[in-house]
Amino acid sequence: MQALREIRRRIRTVQNTQQITKAMKMVAAARLKKAQSNVESSRPYAKKLDLLLKNLSRAKTSFYHPLFEKREKIKKTLLFLITSDRGLCGPFNANIFKEAKSFLEDYEKDQVGLVIVGKKGFNHFRREKWEIVQSYPGLEGKVTASQLKSITNILIELFLSNKYDQVYTLYTQFLNPATFKVTLEKFLNIEPENKEKKLQIDYIFEPNVEEIFDVLLPRYCINRVQMALFESFASEHGSRMTAMSAATKNAEEMIEELTLIRNKLRQAAITKEMLEIASGAEALKG
Amino acid sequence: MFKLSIVTPEKIYRELEVNSIIAPGSEGYLGVLTNHAPLVTSLIPGKLTVKDKVNQEKIYSVSSGFLEVYKNQVTILADSIESPEDINKKRAQEALERAKKRLKSKDPTVDLPRASAAERRSLNRIKIHDSYIKRM
Repeated sequence: MQALREIRRRIRTVQNTQQITKAMKMVAAARLKKAQSNVESSRPYAKKLDLLLKNLSRAKTSFYHPLFEKREKIKKTLLFLITSDRGLCGPFNANIFKEAKSFLEDYEKDQVGLVIVGKKGFNHFRREKWEIVQSYPGLEGKVTASQLKSITNILIELFLSNKYDQVYTLYTQFLNPATFKVTLEKFLNIEPENKEKKLQIDYIFEPNVEEIFDVLLPRYCINRVQMALFESFASEHGSRMTAMSAATKNAEEMIEELTLIRNKLRQAAITKEMLEIASGAEALKG
Repeated sequence: MFKLSIVTPEKIYRELEVNSIIAPGSEGYLGVLTNHAPLVTSLIPGKLTVKDKVNQEKIYSVSSGFLEVYKNQVTILADSIESPEDINKKRAQEALERAKKRLKSKDPTVDLPRASAAERRSLNRIKIHDSYIKRM
């Protein structure tokens, strides 16, 4: 009887857990939908902005802007990385940490500063004793225009003030609700891809190149930070949904197995009881 | 005829074939016709006039952004754009009040360029709303 009660209790526990994972999966699915539409609707703008910058780098007019400046000697590197605030989202954070580790291997601790989004990342890198310049815990998948601006301004400021000589971003790219790619990108200095000047464009600039870049580049940077955040938010929800879906399925399997054991035990108990009654009756008769 | 794409950070607003556009460049209004030379300019809050294939005119209110002309493809990257009937006049007026208040206050923490940009944006919206909604 002891064993039977134990099994029943375990079934109940697993059922409760399953209910939680199921609810979490549903919440993640709802959030994913919103985050996914955020990513997908803001991609065209990012693409056009990127294209515009690429086209501009092919301009005949020569231009200079401090954000393009490639530093000869890299003394300090800034890494901007995006993690989640909450756990239970599968390998989402672990993948970022793995990639960050292989990136950081090439540097000494005093050569790198980190700007971190998400509590998980903050806790992880504080434990590992990396220098955390700035952290943004508790965004929870939402970012306002002013937050976005302040994050971007800090990154740009740290670069322009010569405190850091290059800035990288590390985030999770959202490919589809079940596929994500951890992506490391150079953020600053800005390197327009089209280096081989195969086809120059004779642009007319109004008012002039410098002022265009003055307006364009901050916007470009804000947009890149925004895209990285949106991609990561969507990936987090997708990752959590997959993880919770798997957990629910595992719980289902466990319940099935335990139910089978329970039934067997119950059957055995009944058989045992019947045998006892029968043999008792037999003894009385005798 | 050339292709015009209007994109905002939120979505692709319009993609269409047009005959001409007049846009509020930072150096003044500028018109673009077919086979215009490559050009890049920043935009300031103002009125965007688009003449489509059959020369029908359509007005939009844009706030700042960029305009790029390259090989008969015009791209407008606007921070925000709306047609006069989509403008929420009440909201624009409230924004104007707020901006004016901030400009007048002597609080040193006020971001003056930002407030005056907000003022210009809302004034532009109200102007375009008033001059085009009445006519319809």
